[in-house]
This record gives sequence, C-alpha cells and structure tokens, in this order.
Amino acid sequence: MAVARHGIHRTRWLKLQAFRYIVFALAAIYFLIPLGAMVEFSTRANDGSRTLVFWRQIFDYQEMIGLPIDTPTGIIASLELAVITSLAMLVLLVPTMVWVRLKLPRVNRIMEFISLLPLTIPAIVLVVGLFPMYIWLGTNVNDSILTLAFAYIVLVLPYAYRALDAGLGAIDVKTLSEAARSLGARWDQVMLMVIAPNISNAILNATLLSVALVLGEYTVANNLLYNNLQVELVHLGRTNAGVSIAVAVASLMFAFVLLVILAFVGSRPRRIHKEEPATMLASQSITSI
Amino acid sequence: MSERRGVEVRLENLVRRYGTVTALDGLSLTLAPGELVALLGPSGCGKTTALRLLAGLEEADEGKVIIAGDDVTDLPANKRNIGMVFQAYSLFPHMVAWENVAFGLQMRDVGRAERKKRALDMLELVGLGRFANRYANQMSGGQQQRVALARALAIQPQVLLLDEPLSALDAKVRSRLRDEIRRVQLEVGITTLFVTHDQEEALAIADRVGVMQAGKLEQLGPPTLVYSRPATPFVADFVGLTNRIPGEVKNGSVEVRGTQLPLVQQDVPAGAAVALVRPEAVTIAGNGDGQSGPLVGTVIAVAFLGAISRVTVDLGDMTILAQLPTAAASDHPAGTRVRLALRPDPVLVQREETASVTA
Repeated sequence: MAVARHGIHRTRWLKLQAFRYIVFALAAIYFLIPLGAMVEFSTRANDGSRTLVFWRQIFDYQEMIGLPIDTPTGIIASLELAVITSLAMLVLLVPTMVWVRLKLPRVNRIMEFISLLPLTIPAIVLVVGLFPMYIWLGTNVNDSILTLAFAYIVLVLPYAYRALDAGLGAIDVKTLSEAARSLGARWDQVMLMVIAPNISNAILNATLLSVALVLGEYTVANNLLYNNLQVELVHLGRTNAGVSIAVAVASLMFAFVLLVILAFVGSRPRRIHKEEPATMLASQSITSI
Repeated sequence: MSERRGVEVRLENLVRRYGTVTALDGLSLTLAPGELVALLGPSGCGKTTALRLLAGLEEADEGKVIIAGDDVTDLPANKRNIGMVFQAYSLFPHMVAWENVAFGLQMRDVGRAERKKRALDMLELVGLGRFANRYANQMSGGQQQRVALARALAIQPQVLLLDEPLSALDAKVRSRLRDEIRRVQLEVGITTLFVTHDQEEALAIADRVGVMQAGKLEQLGPPTLVYSRPATPFVADFVGLTNRIPGEVKNGSVEVRGTQLPLVQQDVPAGAAVALVRPEAVTIAGNGDGQSGPLVGTVIAVAFLGAISRVTVDLGDMTILAQLPTAAASDHPAGTRVRLALRPDPVLVQREETASVTA
C-alpha cells in the first residue's frame, strides 16, 4: 500500500518537474531567440562572414559610452541615474513608509494609491507635466542629465513601493522599532540597524526594479531632450545599425550581470555557527522553555 | 552580576485620550524601589497605556512620570533608561541572541568585547548561555522571551517593564517563565511594572497588584488582600470567581440564606443586598438526601482541576459554585443531594437584585 502511494507521489513529482522544465525552456526560447538574432546581426559582415568590427566600434562613439565624464551621456549617464534614483528612492520611501505604518496607519491606503498612480499615467503625459519644471530647472538650477532622477523616482515609485511594502508587511515594524527605541536607539539607528537589515530582500528587489527601469527608460529622457543610453542607442541605430545592435546586446548583458551581482551581494547567506550541532539545536528548542 | 537597588517610580495623575476615548483617566501609582507591581485588568482598561506612557512610547495628555525623583515626562523613549519586554516576540531577527542582548549596550557606545561579555553574562542569568549564537527563529517562544528579558536587563535600566510577556506562551512554559522572571527580578532588585490580564499570573508574581477598570485604578494592594478583601464589586468580580447571593444587611453583617456573614465594608446601610461570596468559602457540610433548607441542593456538575474541584450546586432558585479538595468533591458526583455551608469570611455586598454565578 505504502509502496503504491510512494509510486503515485513519484509519478506526480516527475510530471511536475517535466512541466517546470518545459515552461523554463519556453521562457528561455522566448528571451534567447531575439538575443541570439541580435548577436547574429551584430557579428555579421556585409558579405555574410563573421566579424567583431561593430563591437570594436562601440568605443569610437564617445557619446554612447558617456564621455567626457563631467557631462555624462549614454551608458555612464544611465548608470549614474540608476544609482541616484535607487538611493533617493530608498532614502525617501523607506523612512516614510515606516513612519506611516507607525504613526499614521490610516494614511497607508492613500499613500499606496499615490504610489501606484504613475502606473496609470502614460509616460508621455508625465513628460508634458514635467516639461515646465525641467525648463525652470535647466534655466535656474542645472541642466545636467542627472536631474532626470527626479522624474525617474516618480516612475519607479509603484514598483519600489510594492516591493518595500511586502518587506515591511513581513516584519513587526512597530514592536521591533519600539524595542530598539526602548534600548536607546535614535530613529536613524532604528532605520539603519533594525528595520533595513530585516527588509534587505525587499530593498534589494526595489533596487533591482529601479535599476532595470532606469537602464531601459527612453520616452521621458528623449522627450525632455536628454541623451541617456536608450536615446543614444536610437540615434546610433539611425547611423550605424550594426553598432547600435552591438551596444543593445552589450547593455542587456551588462544589466543582466549587474542585477545578478546585486542579487548575490544583497542576499548574503546567514552566518552558520559551527559550535552548535544541528541535532542539538533541534532537540533543545523543543524540550526547554 | 552586581547587586543593584531599584528606584522609586511615580505616575502622577496620568491622562491619555485617543480622540473621544479616555484610555487613562487620572492614574496615580507609586512603585517602591525594587518592588514588582502587576497591573491587572480586562482589555481596554488602560493598563498597557500606563506602561507605554512610563516607557515613553506614548505621550501623556496630562500628568507626570517621575523616575528616581526626576521628571521624565517629556523625555523620549530612547533616553529614559527603561528596559522593556514586549507581548509580541521582539528579538531582532537578523541578530543572534547575544547580539540582541548587546544591542542596548552598542547604543551606549560600549566596546564590542565588553558588550559581548556583558551580553553573555546576562544570557547566563536567564539560563541561556548555550544559546548565545542562535537566531530568534532557532529558539522557542519561551527562550525568545528570556532573551528579551536579558536584553532589557543588559542596559542596567532603572525600571523594568513587562507588557504581557507570557501571553503568547503555552500554560506550562508560562508558569515556569513566570517564576524565572520573578527570580531574576529579585536577584537584580529592579523596580518592575508587570502588565497582564491573567489574574493568576498577577497574583503569583507581584508584591502588589493594581486592578484597573476604565482607565482608573480600582484597588492596589498585596495579592492576598486584593483577593480576600476586594475593595470594589468590580475587583471581586474580576479577581477570582464570585457567587452573587441575595441577602439582607442588618447589624453590621449580611444574612445570606440563613447564614450570618461579616462585612468588608462597615458603613453599609441595612436592607436588601447581594453578597459576593468566593467559591472556596462555600463548603459541602454533608449529604442532603431527604433534607430541605436554603443551602440544600443538587450537584449538577463537578469540574476536576487537579488538586481541587469546582462543584456547581442547584439550589432551586439559583446555582452556587463551591471549590473543594478533589477528594472531598469526589464523594458528591453530579445528581447527588448536598447540604452546603458558608464559611464566615468577610464579604462585599452590592445593592442590586440579580443573583448569579460570575467568572
């Protein structure tokens, strides 16, 4: 009887595994075929032979790389924007969300609604609204491309909010912060030493989403007349399609590697204390108070 | 562990309002140095609010909090030097036990080596020295609360606050940890305010028990006094079980079903009243077969509680609870006729008509 049941479970498990692999393979094909086509195109010479000339030419396009560094464009501008947007988003959002949870829980729904609003507003509408502000900024403060971070913080708000909200919902923010306060922690220490480490995965997710969104953003930058990576890619595509595609593949690979690094750096494994064998841990935690 | 003497804590006329609701209505309470006072009361009576005002986690609308002679009413929580154990598990999940205990010392800029040593000492005090490198999720609820106690004490606070720290634990662990808390509190000698809705817990652990209702302190006194001489009908009702038996007040005592009982209050006017009689003051005087009288009735239920049993007796016009040693109660199973007697302990009386058994 038990053997038969084991056999049924094993068959079901095998079917599930097969289903997972099929879904994974289909998803991989969906993403890899366009990538493969791009790689193929960017390494094909006019006579049909293989060449890396387009890839080598990337470095000839200073505006694509983003040089000179004091007036960044292209890749460097997008990377700087990703860093600034992510940091500013975290600095603005985490303390605000914690504060609302602790002191103004009734405002939580309103804050959620406001945070999700950018999802419902088309980017082009957002640009129309932002344009006067950017004219003023450019005239009176600074016309650096890095000021795009203001618009990008709004764009990443819905994604970052959802990620952070899930993280904060998984811990008892009130009790942890009150415990820390009663032990002598200032509010900044509560945030940095108690809340942030316990929502590190949520912070990482919010950061990954922000970086991905900023590196791929085109509409706002183009309409506000700034040349970030995607805008430069489009410009380059009009003059040299081969290099444009090579840069697109390189930037995708770069973003992928960056996100993988961020994911690994952010999710450090928990320290393991070897002095206590696992068997001892299990038995003692059950028997003693 | 160095011996420390506690400090005096005074709550003076504390008022706390939430919108139109007054959670704390002029609470005044003084804790003597090294004393453990338990605040007991039903949900919403204001006991946790009082504790949070003392901790600085909430601000008082009126009144003062004075610790060791210093007015700390306007001091934020992180500057009050108060240790607190919470109802919910409050260990920082990303830290192991000793790091949790050392957190308060870190906030006080104690060096790493020193704070680790002191944290380990505190863990030894609560009997968890071997668990120093465990995370919260590797410990049971009881162990987590003991680490939380060690963490609260590690900063050598002037006052220790315990906000229903045992309520999430099962009965056996709760009882053991309750004794553990009392042992540590006596060893450290720290002034402690313990908030609970569990009367057994409060009566077992405290030097004095304060019973609260609707934001006010109804009675404050030693556990035996609060139980045996409740100051108000609410206290009599809330602390322990009470039989409410109609009677007649005359000549400084109350006559209840043919028995004269002395009064707790001396200034009760003569007339009809309801006497509040504890079940342990009700005994079974003998077999009631073929007898009649105001205290003769039929056993309708016997609740076995270990060494003691509670017997419910139907007297015809009302039911009465009697609490007896189990050996005595076993002679009178449900359905048998019994004759009850009332022990002449002083009782409270109340001017009302209803008569029933209340918990």
